[in-house]
Amino acid sequence: MSLTEALDIRPGEAATLILRRATVLDPVAGIDGVHDVVVRDGEIAALAAPGEATLDGAEVIEAEGMHAFPAFFDPHVHLRTPGHEHKEDVETGTRAAAAGGYCGILAMANTQPPVSTPADVSALREQARAGASVAVGFLATVTCDMRGEELTEMVELREAGALGFSDDGLPIVNARVMLRALQYQRLCGGTIALHEEDPQLSGAGVMHEGPVSAALGLSGIPSVSESTMIARDAALAAYEGARIHVQHLSAAESVEVVRAARAAGVKISAEASPHHLCLTDEEVRSLDPHRFKMNPPLRRESDRQALIAALRDGTIECVATDHAPHQAEEKDVPFEQAAMGVTGLETAFAALHTELVLPGTIGLGLLIERMAGGAAPFDVERPSLAPGAEANVALCDLGARWTVGEEGYESCSENSWCAGKALTGRVMVTVAAGQVAFRLRSFSLGVA
Amino acid sequence: VKHLLAIERLSRDEIEAILDRAESFAEVGRRDIKKVPTLRGRTVVTLFYESSTRTSSSFELAAKRLSADLVAVKAAGSSVDKGESLKDTVATLSAYDPAAIVIRHPYAGAAQMVADWTAAAVVNAGDGKHEHPSQALLDVYTLRRRLGSLDGKRIWIVGDVLHSRVARSNLIAFQRMGAEVTVCGPPTLIPRGIEELGCEVSHSLERLGEAEVVYALRMQQERMSESFVPSLREYAATFQIDTRKLNPRQLLMHPGPVNRGVELSGEAIDSPQSLIADQVAAGLVVRMAILYELLAGTERPAPLAEGEVSPPTPIGQPA
Repeated sequence: MSLTEALDIRPGEAATLILRRATVLDPVAGIDGVHDVVVRDGEIAALAAPGEATLDGAEVIEAEGMHAFPAFFDPHVHLRTPGHEHKEDVETGTRAAAAGGYCGILAMANTQPPVSTPADVSALREQARAGASVAVGFLATVTCDMRGEELTEMVELREAGALGFSDDGLPIVNARVMLRALQYQRLCGGTIALHEEDPQLSGAGVMHEGPVSAALGLSGIPSVSESTMIARDAALAAYEGARIHVQHLSAAESVEVVRAARAAGVKISAEASPHHLCLTDEEVRSLDPHRFKMNPPLRRESDRQALIAALRDGTIECVATDHAPHQAEEKDVPFEQAAMGVTGLETAFAALHTELVLPGTIGLGLLIERMAGGAAPFDVERPSLAPGAEANVALCDLGARWTVGEEGYESCSENSWCAGKALTGRVMVTVAAGQVAFRLRSFSLGVA
Repeated sequence: VKHLLAIERLSRDEIEAILDRAESFAEVGRRDIKKVPTLRGRTVVTLFYESSTRTSSSFELAAKRLSADLVAVKAAGSSVDKGESLKDTVATLSAYDPAAIVIRHPYAGAAQMVADWTAAAVVNAGDGKHEHPSQALLDVYTLRRRLGSLDGKRIWIVGDVLHSRVARSNLIAFQRMGAEVTVCGPPTLIPRGIEELGCEVSHSLERLGEAEVVYALRMQQERMSESFVPSLREYAATFQIDTRKLNPRQLLMHPGPVNRGVELSGEAIDSPQSLIADQVAAGLVVRMAILYELLAGTERPAPLAEGEVSPPTPIGQPA
């Protein structure tokens, strides 16, 4: 399914523009070179020789020295609507996504009330058609109101347009309920995305269990809280031949479990967040809940290295931000009391470019591949720059340095894990589902 | 503004400066009028979100002996009961322009947050299971008086390390003063990774004899939401410090309040090698020293009335 078939967006003017002399990189399509990217009526019309493309009525963007990538796809975003629109809503959340170079996102269902009925899905899709700057897909909960007891009406939810299912925010503790959901998937389709955590092992934990939690006197969430549940669900998925997607992998043990399950033929995909790829629990020594309190927690350097290795070998096929907006009053409290979660849409690419690509830890091509890798696990077509594809483009200036938060945020919330960080690499223009979704204010545009 | 937020942030020199100051206040306690005018006209707020006898009373008395005006707020019965956030409570109390806020809070990092929100000097009187720096200072003070120096001394901290802010502050403070520290307790009450703080870990009292000082911790049943040991009886049978396990040359300490018959036997508490009463006495002078070191000379030094004794001069300040 192409983005617009599967997801919803506010209808707008189809883009017609030329990205003049852009360095075009789409490793999946095998494109790597300097071209004039010609976008006509919302489609990639051609990759022309640099400086030579002409197109009547096209806006020309002088992109020499800039990079054009397939726009990114985030399978894990909290839009907070319905119920917590003071934190985020469809409009602000998709604006943040557009500013981060995303053309499509999937919204989690742990809203208030949770997205558990076909009417909930329909209402959200309508909101997206009224105000989303990028394409949005909605997941529905696996169990009614995320209580982990009874399955939702999964068939009707799919008919109403639910892209898949997730009780994200909470694990499905009861293995029998999990098994039933996997069985029922044969009827309704739709990938089941899993927040993997054993609540008994996590207890009242607020950070990774290890030397830092010991030093701070904070209750720890052990790595095995995550990995044991992934192992259980991988076994159940294998038993039922079902398809699961493991959300926000954080621990080395979890990577091992996913890798082994894949090798055994289990239909399992996995994501990792920019903050888990860039930070460790050492950050928690600051006791700053705004930037460093989230679930799963930041873990050890060895865990971070395992995630990076898994990103490289494809065990983790996508970056997902787990963008989790919270208002200041929920974060302006001691660490243990603060809400879990950080925002990430606006900074994901720049942070990973700064922290992993510039030091040479991973290649730029790999990052670009993984930034859009979240589409396939949910049967959404991967954004591509190949001629004929729907125009989904992130135009980035890889040399631009900026300080996160200095000019505010597109998101309604400010709990960015990158707040105050100087990052290198910035999204200048985003084209999502054929429409110009974002352009950096200070970036001047010429007209042909 | 200087704060006392965590032992972890103090150098050995800074610890010693506070202890030296405390020595000079010991003399004040022997006077008929046990007061110095150092903080006259200045306000100290104590803000306790958890129950406390020793810490709150000694900070309050310390402030009074330094002639400060004292506002003592307990969370129970205050606006906190009405749902006021810590930030708003601190903003309210800051309107009195306090020189210092002494705070105890059930969560780690609370004192540090308060320090970010107020112009006052902030003293951490215990934040969750994180730190209790004034306790560590008074324990080091007590030991230094008894032993002269902690250099090379072996100290065992025994019991519920997991739930203990005292264990964390003390193990850092003792090591910073040159001692070697072993923490001992059942594996369920020793936090994973604690050895990275430089201490040794033992799950048996077998080698307790090598310690010069045995520091017993309170079983913090109030912080336990589940069962960490099969029974208090078994815990006591395995880890209780009694006079048979102690040898007469060893010193015994405990931060109080003691669960008699659990972590310590009654005999051990009342034995001559117990320093528990000294620790309480030290609490007052050390807390006077803390307030003095943070506040004296920072602004508005109180003018001396005629005939009054000149207060001690803060270290590093011209007399």
